[in-house]
Amino acid sequence: MKLTRRDFIKTNAAVAAATAAGVTLPGINKAEAAADGIRWDKGVCRYCGTGCGVLVGTRDGKVVASQGDPDAPVNKGLNCIKGYFLPKIMYGEDRLTKPLLRMKNGKFDKNGEFAPVSWDQAFDIMAEKFKAAINPEDPQATRVGMFGSGQWTIWEGYAAAKFFKAGLRSNNIDPNARHCMASAVGAFMRGFGIDEPMGCYDDLEHADVFVLWGANMAEMHPILWSRLTNTRLTKPGCEVHVLSTFEHRSFELADNGMIFTPQSDLAILNYIANYIIQNKAYNQDFIDKHVNFNATTTDIGYGLRDEHPLQKAAKNPNKGKFNKISFEEYAKAVSEYTLEKAVELSGVPAEQLERLAKAYADPKKKVSSYWTMGFNQHTRGVWVNGLLYNVHLLMGKISEPGNSPFSLTGQPSACGTAREVGTFAHRLPADLVVMNEKHRAFAAKTWKIPVEVIPPKPGFHAVLQHRMLKDGKLNAYWVQCTNNMQAAPNMNEEGYPGYRNEANFIVVSDPYPTVTATSADLILPTAMWMEKEGAYGNAERRTQFWRQQVDAPGEAKSDIWQVVEFSKRFQLKDVWSKDMIAKSGYSADKSLYEVLFANGQVNKFGLDQLQKGHNNSESKDFGFYLQKGIFEEYRMFNSAEGIPKKGHEMAEFEVYHNARGLRWPVIDGKETLWRFREGYDPHVKAGEGVKFYGKPDGKAAIIFAPYEPPAESPDKEYDLWLSTGRVLEHWHSGSMTRRVPELHRAYPSAQVYMHPDDAEARGLKRGDAIKISTRRGEVLTRVETRGRNKPPVGLVFMPWFDESQLTNKLTLDATDPLSKETDFKKCACKVVKA
Amino acid sequence: MSKAPKSSGGVNRRQFLADTAKAACGVGAVGLGISLYADDAKALPATALRPPGAGPESHFLSACVRCGLCVRDCPYDTLRLAKLGERVTVGTPYFVAREVPCEMCDDIPCVPACPTGALDHALTDINKARMGLAVLIDHETCLNFLGLRCDVCYRVCPVIDKAITLEQHANLRTGKHAMFIPVVHSEHCTGCGKCERSCVLEEAAIKVLPHRLAKGALGAHYRLGWEEKAKAGHELVPGIIDLPDRMPEVVR
Repeated sequence: MKLTRRDFIKTNAAVAAATAAGVTLPGINKAEAAADGIRWDKGVCRYCGTGCGVLVGTRDGKVVASQGDPDAPVNKGLNCIKGYFLPKIMYGEDRLTKPLLRMKNGKFDKNGEFAPVSWDQAFDIMAEKFKAAINPEDPQATRVGMFGSGQWTIWEGYAAAKFFKAGLRSNNIDPNARHCMASAVGAFMRGFGIDEPMGCYDDLEHADVFVLWGANMAEMHPILWSRLTNTRLTKPGCEVHVLSTFEHRSFELADNGMIFTPQSDLAILNYIANYIIQNKAYNQDFIDKHVNFNATTTDIGYGLRDEHPLQKAAKNPNKGKFNKISFEEYAKAVSEYTLEKAVELSGVPAEQLERLAKAYADPKKKVSSYWTMGFNQHTRGVWVNGLLYNVHLLMGKISEPGNSPFSLTGQPSACGTAREVGTFAHRLPADLVVMNEKHRAFAAKTWKIPVEVIPPKPGFHAVLQHRMLKDGKLNAYWVQCTNNMQAAPNMNEEGYPGYRNEANFIVVSDPYPTVTATSADLILPTAMWMEKEGAYGNAERRTQFWRQQVDAPGEAKSDIWQVVEFSKRFQLKDVWSKDMIAKSGYSADKSLYEVLFANGQVNKFGLDQLQKGHNNSESKDFGFYLQKGIFEEYRMFNSAEGIPKKGHEMAEFEVYHNARGLRWPVIDGKETLWRFREGYDPHVKAGEGVKFYGKPDGKAAIIFAPYEPPAESPDKEYDLWLSTGRVLEHWHSGSMTRRVPELHRAYPSAQVYMHPDDAEARGLKRGDAIKISTRRGEVLTRVETRGRNKPPVGLVFMPWFDESQLTNKLTLDATDPLSKETDFKKCACKVVKA
Repeated sequence: MSKAPKSSGGVNRRQFLADTAKAACGVGAVGLGISLYADDAKALPATALRPPGAGPESHFLSACVRCGLCVRDCPYDTLRLAKLGERVTVGTPYFVAREVPCEMCDDIPCVPACPTGALDHALTDINKARMGLAVLIDHETCLNFLGLRCDVCYRVCPVIDKAITLEQHANLRTGKHAMFIPVVHSEHCTGCGKCERSCVLEEAAIKVLPHRLAKGALGAHYRLGWEEKAKAGHELVPGIIDLPDRMPEVVR
């Protein structure tokens, strides 16, 4: 096996090298083979949403070198320490190279041991289980589902979403971005009617004041942090405000560092709005022209199971409706949030809160606000995102250089894939939604399928998928490109039981045997990063492409290959009702592959268009340029005439292969840096000044929302707050970075950061083995009272990257009732000596 | 749990201690040879660090009875006893930061274990230990000097923000990023070696060295003016005047 594989790779590499040497390629695609035999080509970093440009060096079929792209506008040749080790993530010793199925006596058995099988065998059992979970004549949603990823390439997400929504008649597809960005999305849609930030990274050089709300940029967005820091160093008068529930590395630069009581960010933001109004600092002209005022429904529960006491106690569980109010009514609503009240709820000294409010209220200061999981992973995440927009909108500090409320993303394509191509349970490509009849009709027309195929109700979101698996209402389930067993909340009660439920068949596609993969029934070995042609969209709306640089090891196949190949296993009669088939005009034995992918659109571009010198494994298998076909069909949603929602326009496929990423909307060959503002955004006509064109009336919505308490707070028994998160050295669940020996050495094991007084009170010495527990589970770990994070008394912080210490056994699956995103930052725990 | 790693070598701990004891007993037998070796070992290799509380090398060598109790009580297997053939005096305890650094236990168990005071029992606060001094030796390969965001040495430092700080400079090459230069402060660095251990480079750019190698010395005559003034709280020479500068009206 090993020998043949090596030979295979070698042969391929020789062919690739020969072709590269013999062919002169235009522009940036010119793959340079240097004297050392290394061929360089452009790529994108695999980890966070920053989107650093990298150059990838290959030789003999292997990625052997990398460098930050010195001309990439985001990072100018720099990388963080994870990016420095990029080539190593593909070559962990335990890469999966064959499908693995749980078997006993040569047959699938839910309680069997993993044994290698062929792709055919894997798809056979998978198709059997998926078909068993679909009744073609049942108009209700089918019992199949998928969990995808903000690390999928753009075409992978698009293909998967289309396969489920247009093929299997199921909206039960959701990305891991649900754990990450859903609250930000919710607030964008409510406030502006269109997703994603109005500004871009250039704001990092333009702002006078930076405010971090629940973002530890110093560790989680290291390269953007170095840009922010440079501005702080070089621009006179520049100041940095940092808010968090514990002291972290970003406090190092803070001119005004504030530790607040968990959940009180809601009160602080309303206080700032109140301050602006009391001092008449608001931008009257901007408010009159571009804003309307609203109040949201309150007492909405905590996104737990319906029978949970907290859900039953809520007056308006899961309600997101907001109603127009007058400016005066809004002013009255926030007037309750006096400085005294904000101090009382937050524990932040008055002068610090006032200093922050003044920075926002000063018309001469340009303010950029940044946030990530502190805001998004919040049972009032949509509200708190919205409250920050309220502050920026009151001042008109938005949509221009330096004035920028900016939602940072944690995954390389949370924007480009998870959000933009419609992989959420309620979405269709380019901001369309399944609940909207016109949107469904447009999608169906574009996809050449009957509109009845797309279910009109949102499917199961991430947390609901786990609940439904446990309850046996979701029976065939496919996870790609994410490690959700480790990442999702409340693993003991809501995660693992569903995977091991006898009624269910769980498939996990991954390059490595992660916690999720090993919890499944079938593991599919998966190509990663430079082993496929890819595209990511970063946090500043920048779409970046790369070409396949090397072949995947063994029989590993990319996510998109798996989806498209699997679609061949279904005939229409297996999944669609007779009525649907009749309406479609297709014959009942046509395969989903033919209907969805070999549909005259996706298979329009021939192999002759592939870049010479680069393999494209999927296209060669299917016989057409798959990635281009998908992207061009996707462009029918965002760039064609007569689309339902403008604003996401993208350039043609080839343009991206020739550019270092482009920020959409791309119109007339130009990128858009600041949206909604005349001169910067082509959708805003001359004389309009500012137009929030995502909303029918062109006005952004200021939406009042009050402070409401968190789902779970410390009490006598569970007497500490638990906040979870990341460290710089590891990315998310560590499935890649923990396979880099140097990164492992730099941060080998998770630990619990605790205030020395809390440790002393529990008789703990630094480094002691401890048991941390919540009402849901316990984890053995060690206590750290020194180091990078300094929690206040009463709060502990634990990173979740370490698969030997599953932090999410502890967390509560309370979600924002509107965004359905889990609050991983607040639950009650206790710590005792182990 | 990697905070308490097991010995990774082939020789287990008990075996190792026994071997060392045997070697110590053999001293009489090969007296001459050993004493030559001991002379050579006075120049302790730069990478060999002594336990917390060890004084100057000559003092430590004369006080240490090679009993191995500090090694026995080290919960992280950081300390080991030098064996015959190593460049450290046989039977004495030391550690190599790149391999296993000192974890800076709050209760410093190795120190009270010492029966002779070779490890100073007055050391009860691990922050006051001075096992060596971290030095960022290679500016050419240190990733942060190149503008990258590594700073692993900084974040692993148990005395972060005191023993190592990050000095921010503008990155003139990119024009829009900052560089974060790790700076070690001898006033706070205990020489635990976590930084050297964690340096992600193939050869560490930051290394813990004995103070005698790591530290420069200002001329005894010289004072830092700004520090002296801050210390005094006023100018050291009071009553000095400054006349106003003549300026054109517009500037004024």
